Amino acid sequence: MTDFTQWTGFEGVLWKREVNVRDFVQRNYTPYEGDETFLEAPTEATNTLWEELKKLQKEEHSKGGILDMDTDIVSTLTSHKPGYINEKYKDLEKIVGLQTDKPLKRAFMPFGGIRMAEQACTTNGYTPNPEFHKIFTEYHQTHSDAVFSVYTPEMKMCRHAHILTGLPDTYGRGRIVGDYRRVALYGIDFLIEEKQKDFANCGDGTMFDNVVRNREELAMQIKALKNMKKMAESYGYDISQPAKNAHEAVQWLYFGYLAAIKTQNGAAMSVGRISTFLDIYIQRDLDLGLITEAEAQELIDHLVMKFRMVKFARIPSYNQLFSGDPVWATLEMGGIGMDGRPLVTKTDFRFLHTLENMGPSPEPNLTVLYSSKLPENFKKYSADISIRTSSVQYENDDVMKPVWGDDYSICCCVSATQTGKEIQYFGARVNLAKCLLYAINGGVDEKEFTQVGPRYAPVTSEYLEYDEVLDKFKNMMTWLAGVYVNVLNLIHYMHDKYYYEAAEMALIDTTIERSFATGIAGFSHVVDSLCAIKYAKVKTVRNEQGIVVDYITEGDFPRYGNDDDRADEMAVWLLKTFIDLVRTHHTYRDSKPSTSILTITSNVVYGEATGATPDGRKAWQPFAPGANPSYSAEQNGLLASLRSVAKLPYIWALDGISNTQTISPDALGHTPEERIDNLVTVMDGYFDEGAHHLNVNVFGTEKLIDCMEHPEKEEYANFTIRVSGYAVKFINLTRKQQLDVIARTCHHKL
Amino acid sequence: MTYIYDKDEIKGRVHSLESFGLVDGPGVRFVVFMQGCAFRCKYCHNPETWGKGGSTWTARQLFDKVYRFKSYWRNNGGVTVSGGEPLLQMDFLTEFFTLLKAKGVHTAIDTAGQPFCSVPEWLERFEKLMSLTDLVILDLKEWDSNKHKLLTGMSNDNVKELAVWLSDHGKDIWIRHVLVPGLTDAESDLKAMGEFINTLKTVKKAEILPYHALGIPKWEKLNLHYDLSDAVSPTEEQILHAEELLGIKK
Repeated sequence: MTDFTQWTGFEGVLWKREVNVRDFVQRNYTPYEGDETFLEAPTEATNTLWEELKKLQKEEHSKGGILDMDTDIVSTLTSHKPGYINEKYKDLEKIVGLQTDKPLKRAFMPFGGIRMAEQACTTNGYTPNPEFHKIFTEYHQTHSDAVFSVYTPEMKMCRHAHILTGLPDTYGRGRIVGDYRRVALYGIDFLIEEKQKDFANCGDGTMFDNVVRNREELAMQIKALKNMKKMAESYGYDISQPAKNAHEAVQWLYFGYLAAIKTQNGAAMSVGRISTFLDIYIQRDLDLGLITEAEAQELIDHLVMKFRMVKFARIPSYNQLFSGDPVWATLEMGGIGMDGRPLVTKTDFRFLHTLENMGPSPEPNLTVLYSSKLPENFKKYSADISIRTSSVQYENDDVMKPVWGDDYSICCCVSATQTGKEIQYFGARVNLAKCLLYAINGGVDEKEFTQVGPRYAPVTSEYLEYDEVLDKFKNMMTWLAGVYVNVLNLIHYMHDKYYYEAAEMALIDTTIERSFATGIAGFSHVVDSLCAIKYAKVKTVRNEQGIVVDYITEGDFPRYGNDDDRADEMAVWLLKTFIDLVRTHHTYRDSKPSTSILTITSNVVYGEATGATPDGRKAWQPFAPGANPSYSAEQNGLLASLRSVAKLPYIWALDGISNTQTISPDALGHTPEERIDNLVTVMDGYFDEGAHHLNVNVFGTEKLIDCMEHPEKEEYANFTIRVSGYAVKFINLTRKQQLDVIARTCHHKL
Repeated sequence: MTYIYDKDEIKGRVHSLESFGLVDGPGVRFVVFMQGCAFRCKYCHNPETWGKGGSTWTARQLFDKVYRFKSYWRNNGGVTVSGGEPLLQMDFLTEFFTLLKAKGVHTAIDTAGQPFCSVPEWLERFEKLMSLTDLVILDLKEWDSNKHKLLTGMSNDNVKELAVWLSDHGKDIWIRHVLVPGLTDAESDLKAMGEFINTLKTVKKAEILPYHALGIPKWEKLNLHYDLSDAVSPTEEQILHAEELLGIKK
């Protein structure tokens, strides 16, 4: 059994015999049931650095969203000299390490696709080294080129028509969370040794395809681990050994994450579940009198400052899809262990406290793993921070724990994976609202007027008949699920081949589980449309070619979002039907298929590509985000809406069901205490009913409108709001998206 | 307008439902807005609840609709019936509250008191409803009877009687007063109202509701003339002053 002097004072043996961070956490953490009064204000160093960073952020915003870009260096683990927030204050930075040599400077990352990397530069006024073009087109294949070279004509058409959309075929797929805690707990050398053992045991000498692939991947992982050491060395740290104190633990862990964001530009680059783990080191140092509470908070503040600085170079169409420059540096707090002990520690409070010490921020994507059985003090503090900053999201630990255990991480906005034991293949979304229109129009696209789907018989009657439409819709969905899953199969094959996440995978077990994510867009509109056809009369409006381009709905019909079982059953049916269709197909590397109902801000873009729907949604108008009911569909207030969403079984949408709600502060209660109590009560009720996710915004519409009109006001520089699955600074949204957010139901009562 | 009564099955006329009420009673409330009111308050922000209309529910149907939300009520939440004027449909409410009390749900009525009268037959039915009601939220629109008549169309003698009745019968009360500068903020009236509140034994809370103009579009939609188009919301100082006069301690 290995033992290190750095482990002095830690209990347990299993985690010493194998890489097993969960066991280490369970044996050593100190649950905390107290309140937030122990927390400390920011240190002078924190204030100085944060002021510097705010200046940089302001400059970035005033320059149109980009402060600086690399044009001459391809980003790798060792490509850059060390960088600091400000050279002048580098001694104040407790936690160091930047993606490039300068703060907020975006790296050149061509492996996902050279065209996107180049366009990201040129559309922002930068000119990348022309050599790179030659290298990544003539000498080396990128992920994107590889994918496009094998797409079928049908796949390209589906992509062009936006019935399949947001696919990770021009950039990194993301959503793979390295277990960054391993760097701190074991040090790199131990991890290399373990991977070398796995390499020696990989296959029996017969070189099947999968054995060769596994061996090559392991070799890449080991190389990445070695380069991580070099990367850390450039900052003056030797991470070959385990961290010996809290400062090193935070720093080592961050180096692990830094390795990921230097080499991958996935849409979501989660940090994972680190708070309880880090608390063990902090508590040990506090007990030994090595640090003070203020110093402990400083470590967390400085780590969070680094997460607030993660940047990737993106192209305009990407920004439309995922607006506001998000990176989904998702980081979890809370949750309850298998043995019933809450995993809440003082460091869970410390992470939330960063929103007080350094103000609201969209990143890291702070996520509370919620259960009504969490300590009351923690629930109240989270609610308080939510009400004051709108920067926290909540996910139901009670529904996730049975599936993923008690050491899962959120790998993007809302999807869970077992930390260090599992990866998820990100699958973007399929536009089911469009699919319904294809069913009615026999596969003809209502925007392009071309035959995209199969030439099935269209609806020819003037009024839509429910049984007929449903039958056609099922057939069209069956086709679409097949194309969709296979597009993803192909994408992930190429991503593994040309843009393998060696640094992240090096911090994950060699034998892993894989989940295969898919996603649904336009969910509420399909549900309401089917209800309209079933319970009201829907008349078709056709153009000269006979294509249905609009619908006139006569009469009332139940709508999803009112706790009306007729509509909500339709929603459940839609979800089950779709996931069952996905499950009929082969999924890459024996991954487990799952689906999601979350759309990020892409609900605006998807809506723009989709014609009028029978529920009364006009052509090209935004979809409702995620699993949210449609705008103006909700007639019975917030809780009725929450109940409708809570009826969707999480087990059929393991990739997540996202729900975003905005509550006006006046409606939440008259006093701060009332508001906190009421929000806790609402969340207890919602999650006890089995719902999966909730974004909570607390502000009135007036504030949004004022912010849209006066983005220059100081108070709005970091004004953060939660949108589907993440948070953004409101000023960083496009005007169209701002208007969309404003139009969404704000729950208030006069 | 009177309550709707059917020998076989009492039906309620409901204007709308709000699953997430946080200011109409303690905790998280499911609020049922009843249809119909005899007052014609000049500042009413729900004029669409005055007349006929709404949807018809049996007590059982309404119970089934609201009881699904019990997991959101926790320790102190429950159901509030507002309106419109809920006391115009007492027998329906009695049946509805009977079902709720059988499940231990906290019940509240948000009323302006207009239907209250001391006719024994009426009082007997009222008493029955009160035996199932945990809290009465009572709007005192105005102290001066003449002003009250100008503001609402009716006098307030019976409203005061109702308050005394509730106090004498040990029923918990929240008092509310909508503050409209220049209309319902006369110093002497507020003072008198404050003294009156002070004589009531069961007032658990008194609050000022600042006037707002957000109801005006509804009047326009109903083609009704809005008399108070010049009225403005009270300032923070005006609210504080009124609270002082009413004896509200914060």
